[in-house]
This record gives sequence, structure tokens and C-alpha cells, in this order.
Amino acid sequence: MIDILIDVMLMSFLAITAIAIIRIRNLFAVIMLFGIFSLLSAAVFVVLDAADVAFTEAAVGGGISTVLMLATLALTRQQEEKPPAHTQWLPLTVVVFTGAILVYGTLDMPAFGDPDAPAQQHVAPYYIEKSQTDTGVPNMVTAVLASYRGFDTLGEVTVIFTAGVGVLLLIGSNLFKRRRDEDES
Amino acid sequence: MELILSHYNYWIVIFLMMAGFYTVISRGNLVKKIVGLNIFQVSVFLLYISIGNVEGGTAPIVIEGAEKYSNPLPHVLILTAIVVGIATTALALALVVRIREAYGTIEEEEIHEQDQSL
Amino acid sequence: MSHNLILRIISKFLIPLIILFAFYVQFHGDFGPGGGFQAGVIFSVAFILYTLVFGLDSAEKIITPVVLRILASLGVVIYAGTGVASLLLGANYLDYDVLGKTPVAGQHVGILVIELGVGITVASVMILIFYSFAGRDRD
Repeated sequence: MIDILIDVMLMSFLAITAIAIIRIRNLFAVIMLFGIFSLLSAAVFVVLDAADVAFTEAAVGGGISTVLMLATLALTRQQEEKPPAHTQWLPLTVVVFTGAILVYGTLDMPAFGDPDAPAQQHVAPYYIEKSQTDTGVPNMVTAVLASYRGFDTLGEVTVIFTAGVGVLLLIGSNLFKRRRDEDES
Repeated sequence: MELILSHYNYWIVIFLMMAGFYTVISRGNLVKKIVGLNIFQVSVFLLYISIGNVEGGTAPIVIEGAEKYSNPLPHVLILTAIVVGIATTALALALVVRIREAYGTIEEEEIHEQDQSL
Repeated sequence: MSHNLILRIISKFLIPLIILFAFYVQFHGDFGPGGGFQAGVIFSVAFILYTLVFGLDSAEKIITPVVLRILASLGVVIYAGTGVASLLLGANYLDYDVLGKTPVAGQHVGILVIELGVGITVASVMILIFYSFAGRDRD
């Protein structure tokens, strides 16, 4: 019961933060609220037994993404968002309609935390039983990430590398140009 | 009552998802759009982790005395998705910086106006 | 920038601890929560903090963008190279069983090495991205 209570509390904090992000026009405040949002979601991950995920979300969402967004804000020199030019009825209708369809879709989903749900039946029991004997690694998440699904992770690392190359191509020219100038002088 | 207790988590996640979606389609400021996309992304993470949760289970690290573990597979998928997400967000922010340098603004409306006057 | 005395002292005290914690997360990821992705992010946070407090110019003296560019690709090469190594030893791509004397020992070696590759790539890409943003408005 206490689990549900904490979960509901954190989830409603998340919802309140999301509404505040939509309503506030000051971009600095929006970005700080997004940092809070990430930290709260990390807390929810802890409640849902996902220690590794919470760890990553706290470091990435609360740390790096906030810093990068603030850096963008400093580069674009714009503090306030302009009030929207169009009426908000069309997007609101689209969102409510999509949300209603999704909620209708959840009615067929197994209950939250159901051990007999199809998602728990497929490969998960194999990982839970065999990962210790197959790899000798107590942390199943590491075992699945690095060993069973090594191809996936190789792809993810390549995506991160490619994104880094993209950022360098877009805005990184100063880093290398200046060094060349110094070499010439 | 039974239905609410067993599905409330999914509903709040859908609410967050729609909050992010609404920010993306209704706001013209590019930084705010990216914040909206990130909210959407985090709520998808929450949906996956909610699906992987097992009642009475513990975190998927082998310890003595634990009998039930949460499903490790969604954790793996989301853990990598978070780091890939920040890398792609950085790419989007870099594009915003370049757009500001080219157009002098990060408001969608003003960019459209400049494009049409060319 | 030059007068933030408290900020400077505190971050000088914190940065070694953050780096130490990153190494702990990297090499203890098999047993507790952690692994290459988290360690890389935490390691880059130490450098981002240093850049924020002491400026990009002094951060570039410690680790230059050129070195970071090489490290970012080195991580991917370590990961893919582990797969090639297992191919050469007669197993499938990224099948670590053949890397050690017993399959379990081989798995251990494989997981440690590829996590190291992940950590190096993630850390250097994150620092490189932050350098790009920080260096955009100079000169």
C-alpha cells in the first residue's frame, strides 16, 4: 500500500511539473523545471525497482541535458517565449482525442505489476534464471546489456558516436579552427 | 475501483505523454518544443518500466533471499535509450543554435515569415 | 568568472571525487547498479563542471578536442574489436565464451572490455558536445 502511495505522490508531482512547463513562458524557468521533472522521474524509476535506469536518468536528465539546454539558451539570447499566435483549440482537441484512444487501449492491458503478464513470460524468465550461470555477473541488467544483447548495445554506442559527429559538424568548427590558427602563428 | 488501482500508472503516463505532445504541437519556440519532446520521451520510458514492474519483485540484481525480480529487459532497453536520447537532444539543440545564427530568432512564426519574404 | 572563490574551492574538492565515483561505477557495474553508460556520463560531468567554473580555455589544456575525437572513435573500435577478436578465436561475433579459459571467465572479460569501450565513447562524446556548445560564441 505504501508503494502505491509513494508512486501516486511522485506521479502527481510529475503531472504538476508538466503542466507548469506548458504554462510558463520564461525559458530559463522551463529548463529548470525540466531538470526537476527528470529528477522526479528518476525517483519513480527507483520505486519501480529499476535502479540502473534511475541512476542513468538522474545523471543524464538532471545533469547533462539541463546544462546543454542552458548553454543553448545562452547562445540564442532569448529569455521569453512569444505568446502563441494561433488559437489553442486545434492542438488541444488533437491531444485529448489521442489521449482518449490511448486510455481506451490500456483497458485491455494486464494490471500494473501483474506477474503473469505477457511481457513477463517471453525471454525475461530465461534471463533471470540463467544469467548468473551463463555470465557469472550478478547484475542482470549488465549481463543482458553487454552479453545477451551485445549487438543492440553496439548499435546504441554507434548512434551516440554519430550524434557526437553531427554536433561537431554543426557547431564544433570553432574548436578545431582556432587550434590551426595557433599552429600557423 | 479495481480497474483504477491496476491501471492508474498507465493513465498518468499517458497524461504526461500528451502534455509533451501538446507542448510540441502548440508552442512555436524551438527550445520549448525540445523540452516537450523530452517530456514525451521520459513518459515513454516510464511506460516501459511500468510494464516491466512485477508486484513484490526487487531490482534485477541477484541477492540472497530475493525470489522475484523485475523484468530486466525493459531496463536494458530504456537505459540505452536515455543515453541515446541525450545524444539526439544535443543534436537538436545544435540545430537550434544554427537556426538562431541563420535567422536571428528561434520562434517558428518568424522563421516562416522570413522564408516567405525571400 | 574570477571571483567565484567558494565555487572554485568546492569544485576543486568535488571533481576528484566525481571521477573516482565514475571509475567505481564503471568497474563495479557487474555487481551493483552501474556500467559503461552511467560511468561515461558521470566522468563527463566532472569535466563539464571544470569547464563551467574555470573556463573552456583551461579545460582544453587538460584534454584537447583532438584527443577527445580520437577517444570517441576508440571506444567504438574497442567494442567492435572485441567482436572481431571472438570471430578470430572461432566463435560468433560478440560471443565472449572463447575469450577466457572457461566460458564464464570469457564472459567476464568480454563484458568488462566492452563496458570500457562504451564508457570511453560516452564520456568523450559528452565532453565533446559540451565543448562545442561552450566554444560556439568565442571570438
